[in-house]
Amino acid sequence: MSQAVPLDRPRRLLDLEIDGRTTRAPEGATILDACRAEGVDTPTMCYAGNLTPVNACRVCMVEVEGSRVLVPACSRPVEDGMKVQTDTERVRHSRKLVMEFLASSVDTSLASTDWLRWMGEYGADPSRYGAAMEPMETGERDERWAGHHHDPDPTIAETVAQPVKVDNELYVRDYERCVLCYKCVEACGVDAQNTFAIAVAGRGFDARISTEFAVPLDESACVYCGNCIGVCPTGALMFKSEHDMRAEETWDEDAQTVTNTICPYCGVGCELEVHVQDNEIVKVSSPEDHSVTSGHLCIKGRFGFSYVQSRRGRDDRRPR
Amino acid sequence: MEAAPTAEERAAVDGLLGPPETGWVGATERSADDLRVVRAGREAREQRHLLLPALHALQAGVGWISRGGLNYVCQRLSVPPAEAYGVATFYAMFSVEERPANVVHVCDDLACRGAGGLALCGELERDAGPEGADAGGWTWVRSPCLGMCEQAPAVFAQRAGRPEVALGGATRETVAEVVAPDSAVICAGGVGAPQTADAGSRDSLRLLRRAGVVDPTSIDDYRAHGGYEALRAAYEMGPGRVIEAITEAKLLGRGGAAFPTGVKWQAVSTQPAGPRYVVCNADESEPGTFKDRVVMEQDPFAVVESLTVAGFACGADRGFVYIRGEYPLATERMEHAIGEARRHGSLGDDVMGSGRTFDIELRRGAGAYICGEETALFNSLEGKRGEPRNKPPFPVTFGVFGRPTAINNVETLINVLEVLRIGADAYAAIGTEGSTGPRLFCLSGAVERPGVYEVEHGATVRDLIALAGGVPRGSTLKAVLLGGAAGGFVGPDMLDARLTFEDARQGGYTLGSGVIMVFDERADLVDLCLRIARFFRDESCGQCVPCRVGTVRQEEALHRLVAGTPIGSAQDELALIDEVARVMRDASICGLGQTAANAVQSAISKLGVFDGGAA
Amino acid sequence: MVGLATVFGAGGGTSSYEEVEHVDLMMLWGSNARAAHPIYFHHVLKGIHKGMRLIVVDPRRTESAEWGDLWLGLDVGTDIALSNTMAREIIVNDLHHRAFIELATTDFDDYVASVMDWTLERGAEVTGIPADVIREVAHAYAKADRAMICWTLGITEHHNAADNVLALINLGLLTGHVGTYGSGLNPLRGQNNVQGGGDMGAIPHHLTGFQEVENDVVRARFEQEWGSKINPKKGWHLSQMFEAMEEGELTALYVIGENPAASEADNQRTHKLLANLDILIVQDIFLTHTAEMADVVLPAANSAFESEGTVTNSERRVQRVRPALQPPGNARDDIWIIAQLAARLGHDWGDPSAHDVWEEVRRLSPMHAGMAWERLEELGGIQWPCPDDEHPGTTFLHGRLWSEDPAEQGRKAPFSVVLYEPPVDELDEDYPFRLTTGRRLDSYNTGVQTGEYTSPLRREETLDMSPEDAERLRLREGERVRVLSRRGEVVAPVRLALGLRPGLLFMTLHFPDQVDVNNLTIDAWDPKSGTAEFKATAVRVEKLEEPAVASGGGGGE
Repeated sequence: MSQAVPLDRPRRLLDLEIDGRTTRAPEGATILDACRAEGVDTPTMCYAGNLTPVNACRVCMVEVEGSRVLVPACSRPVEDGMKVQTDTERVRHSRKLVMEFLASSVDTSLASTDWLRWMGEYGADPSRYGAAMEPMETGERDERWAGHHHDPDPTIAETVAQPVKVDNELYVRDYERCVLCYKCVEACGVDAQNTFAIAVAGRGFDARISTEFAVPLDESACVYCGNCIGVCPTGALMFKSEHDMRAEETWDEDAQTVTNTICPYCGVGCELEVHVQDNEIVKVSSPEDHSVTSGHLCIKGRFGFSYVQSRRGRDDRRPR
Repeated sequence: MEAAPTAEERAAVDGLLGPPETGWVGATERSADDLRVVRAGREAREQRHLLLPALHALQAGVGWISRGGLNYVCQRLSVPPAEAYGVATFYAMFSVEERPANVVHVCDDLACRGAGGLALCGELERDAGPEGADAGGWTWVRSPCLGMCEQAPAVFAQRAGRPEVALGGATRETVAEVVAPDSAVICAGGVGAPQTADAGSRDSLRLLRRAGVVDPTSIDDYRAHGGYEALRAAYEMGPGRVIEAITEAKLLGRGGAAFPTGVKWQAVSTQPAGPRYVVCNADESEPGTFKDRVVMEQDPFAVVESLTVAGFACGADRGFVYIRGEYPLATERMEHAIGEARRHGSLGDDVMGSGRTFDIELRRGAGAYICGEETALFNSLEGKRGEPRNKPPFPVTFGVFGRPTAINNVETLINVLEVLRIGADAYAAIGTEGSTGPRLFCLSGAVERPGVYEVEHGATVRDLIALAGGVPRGSTLKAVLLGGAAGGFVGPDMLDARLTFEDARQGGYTLGSGVIMVFDERADLVDLCLRIARFFRDESCGQCVPCRVGTVRQEEALHRLVAGTPIGSAQDELALIDEVARVMRDASICGLGQTAANAVQSAISKLGVFDGGAA
Repeated sequence: MVGLATVFGAGGGTSSYEEVEHVDLMMLWGSNARAAHPIYFHHVLKGIHKGMRLIVVDPRRTESAEWGDLWLGLDVGTDIALSNTMAREIIVNDLHHRAFIELATTDFDDYVASVMDWTLERGAEVTGIPADVIREVAHAYAKADRAMICWTLGITEHHNAADNVLALINLGLLTGHVGTYGSGLNPLRGQNNVQGGGDMGAIPHHLTGFQEVENDVVRARFEQEWGSKINPKKGWHLSQMFEAMEEGELTALYVIGENPAASEADNQRTHKLLANLDILIVQDIFLTHTAEMADVVLPAANSAFESEGTVTNSERRVQRVRPALQPPGNARDDIWIIAQLAARLGHDWGDPSAHDVWEEVRRLSPMHAGMAWERLEELGGIQWPCPDDEHPGTTFLHGRLWSEDPAEQGRKAPFSVVLYEPPVDELDEDYPFRLTTGRRLDSYNTGVQTGEYTSPLRREETLDMSPEDAERLRLREGERVRVLSRRGEVVAPVRLALGLRPGLLFMTLHFPDQVDVNNLTIDAWDPKSGTAEFKATAVRVEKLEEPAVASGGGGGE
């Protein structure tokens, strides 16, 4: 009686076809789940296992028989008898162009190694849209008014290039790396933190992640949980320590270890992944599939580790 | 401390929401009870759908949305400020920066541009300085189509503290009059009766039979012209037979997607118990389209009645009309009609003494073409950014507030009255096999008498142009834009194309929202292509990558061609434009991105606009 | 922990975090989980988005209360009055779960008799909550299909802490909201491994796994394993230790990872007592205030980042911690230090690893027996009880109570008669304000750990006050004032806080070097649990005519 009560009805297995191969997937699974189970490599950008799919990036598109347009694999549930094609010319074209669109307008150089590999595999060439625009001034993009047109300069390709925003000691916002995947907004919002310090503002290409009136974080509702950093796929949101080390060219992921432990603060028991380089903690994350955290932490768990290191070389220092 | 609202801002918001009930939501004093018990949570958060009305109240009352004003709205409605800011900055009618009290939006879109719109922009620039500059309490900005193409050039003025005004046939003088501090202009009339098939005889009119005849402000006059007979008939038939009739009449949606209305209603009516909604999509924003505006201005009770029928058939006791923000007169008439219907018991708890409940809320858009897309419209109604949702799930199961919803555009709805008036069989006998019933077309551009024309399905492009008096004497027809910016161009060779769903599908053109915009030899097609590309770049919601970046890359490539600075050859650019078009069509979330390349593609392929490189 | 163990035999929260996402009605009682347990609150938020109704009971309208469908701002220390009033309302309306009470509880009649004079009117009078609202909450809680009560220090940092907890447990028993999925009674542990400390026997009357030290059979098993005799009498809890110091009965103290010199109520007394010890040994990662007073300081490795071991969280999940860093200097792992100490005392324990220690726990504690080291790793922690290697761990407790089979059901759960007593530190003309304490999101306890990172949210200590009081006392935001209790005084700047009503003040305990709030707090403590009444201090506030200079533990920037 004191055992877990299974809440979910047993899930039916559905038959479907992926690239001509028949397979089965449980009811409620997405096409992406089914593809991954089948070992079909499917590029993603805005998808994360611990967030509601927004299917905004459109890089995971597949062909589904009977559908006029392509279908986002990350969010479309499988149906019985569904026929899915993941490698047609039409699919490859869409994926390639989406990669080119992103890479020609955003700095994706710190995206996952998978992303960089997919760029190569799909033959994405961002340079064919023209020379990249010079970065805008700080704040310029924040003032774009919906529907108010700026004629394009025919000699360049528009980008979101702009200076990094550094307004606190914990993390930076480097929006020229922002692909507008909505993940940070979801993590700050209903999917995790429910603080709603940031939202998408503006419209179209001028859409951007913003606080109200683009105020600095310390004037916003931000509580520095860093869950936005945890889900950012392109390094647009980053620990300031990582940002600074990258600037100093001392950031070396190959020299880092990741150790799982439990947060030392309150009694909730959040699982931490502690990233250490040269016996210094350089970053803290949490596994997205852990039942306690779903990958999300609070300010203390994510940033409150400094006290351990404050003892180094100054052991006699009295704490505050 | 957080920015506080001014007294003026409070008044503007309280005017909509009433005074705040407790100190927690903005009252200046906190009562002892406030400090013991607070009811908030879900109930408070569920007021989010009032966000757009509240932002409208601030914008209209004060002329912009300040930090203090936004904070106050957020406090009243339990909306986080960043979210509210994200919403405010999505809509072109809202300004989050202080600006002159009067802002005149001057249409420079496809129909107005060649008909005095560009010239007016030039004059205003000389008179008042560049776009957005303060010219002493007012400014002007360029605008996409304002839905008054038959009265080009059109302007729309937002005036803080005073009613908004839409003006046709605008000149620098009338603009000056509108923005003058002592302006007496309240809402420019000047909207004549729609043009009809035969000026002498109105007998053939069905959808427009009351337009220009009935007093649009009088429910009694509406009744005297056959109003509310359809609803009475519907009540007698019962919901099942109403849906059957609509299905047998083969009524297809007139908003552009041509979905069978009966199927939609049937699907909603058979959903599991719980709240359902009917929504009238009156966010008519497709460039070149103005028929719904004319209907709402001239025969608003017909929209109210037909939505009531829809509610009855679908089992919904609440309906929304989402009306385009730039339609002040239609808004006023619809608001009035809804109020009158309530007063007369045609809406409310006991509709026409039947014991049935149905009521309608009117909601205004705020300057976003995308909100004409049904799921974007739902999000907007819910107080969110007008970003379309991925489908499935479809609105019939997951519509506004996540509930089953039947959404139909204005013209579709008023066809329902006609089906009930003459019977499904008689209705189905009108038009062609695949396209039953009458149809409204919006004639604009190079025709003698621009306006809304009602014909039976089956008329040709040539017929419609002839109804509008043909191209002006001495001009030659060069091209016709069918279906608006999301539609496509055809050349003179297509004048005999029949305007039916089946012919259009077969012939590779589109009826869209009934736009027939005619261009003569003076039209600069390259310039029109640039304007269309710009339109989609400006109106893309920005949510999905193919559309957000694709619309930019499309516009850039066109500009490179025009500037004579292609990357590679002109042919390379055309190939690139085609590649961009494909991904937008295949991978965009909604119809906006999927059609954003249509018109440009048709100009290239059917009219040879860029043959030989730049034009 | 005492309340739950008394009634149910196991001192742990009943429910899993995941269950919280599927609750119909949650009462968050004396807990600002949004700030104090942010990730637990994530689960609450998921529940809210799925339709859960949240009722928050807290004198302050906290960040958590802002999420409540209903917030009840009761007077500090009137929790028993509220729960007893709810109970009477439930009983007189026949909303109690008769079948469950019959099947699984005892002492119901005494309980009924004890709550019968708690009419809605009296409850309203004492708590300050309108009668109709108490009625609404009582009905909602009783009628909900799945209902949970969660609490934190707002319930337990009172002189009658255990009674407060028992009062909430009574409500759960009364309505049958315990022992089923999605219903339960959950204390949120304020500190990492508070649960684990209790599980392992760091309570005066328990050995590992909530086994009674005064039980001869239990003790015999431990004595056999350890090869040494165990004192058959239970020990002192913290407050008793201080009393024993006062009496001169306790003269040597070994403190591991605690900082009583900064964290205890009425700290002038605490300092005096610590100073009078014959020997004070402190084992810590820092030279804390307490360590500064110590005769011997043993520098320790940090438990979360530099050590191997396990902790237990608030859902009874035993989790492994692992060393990510090398400890600095001479700092050593706690296990090593203790083993070395044992060696100096003549016992050779060798050099045990955390894994070795854990195997001993598994041998001695039946509820941990199935938690193999590897399984803890694989399953991301296991919730006790986990009696054997096949057992998946226990997501919710006390399902046994619903069993018709007496053997399976075990001991029935007794109702407890709990009497309302107002806070010890009474308000009067001289001390008219009620000062309560709590945490801020970015800080923790006495700030020893959190003081070391740069939080953009951090403010100095303030005296939080309602705008109405500030106006009445002619105080401006940021103005420094003197706060006096019957025991001491501090100086702090005023901060206007909308979450407070007139008469109620708030401070944290995060900045003892700057403003030592424990100069004010009362050391009245709960005889059952040993917890001090941090939550209810009577104070007055004096306007400073001149800018203050540091005095009496206050002042300083």
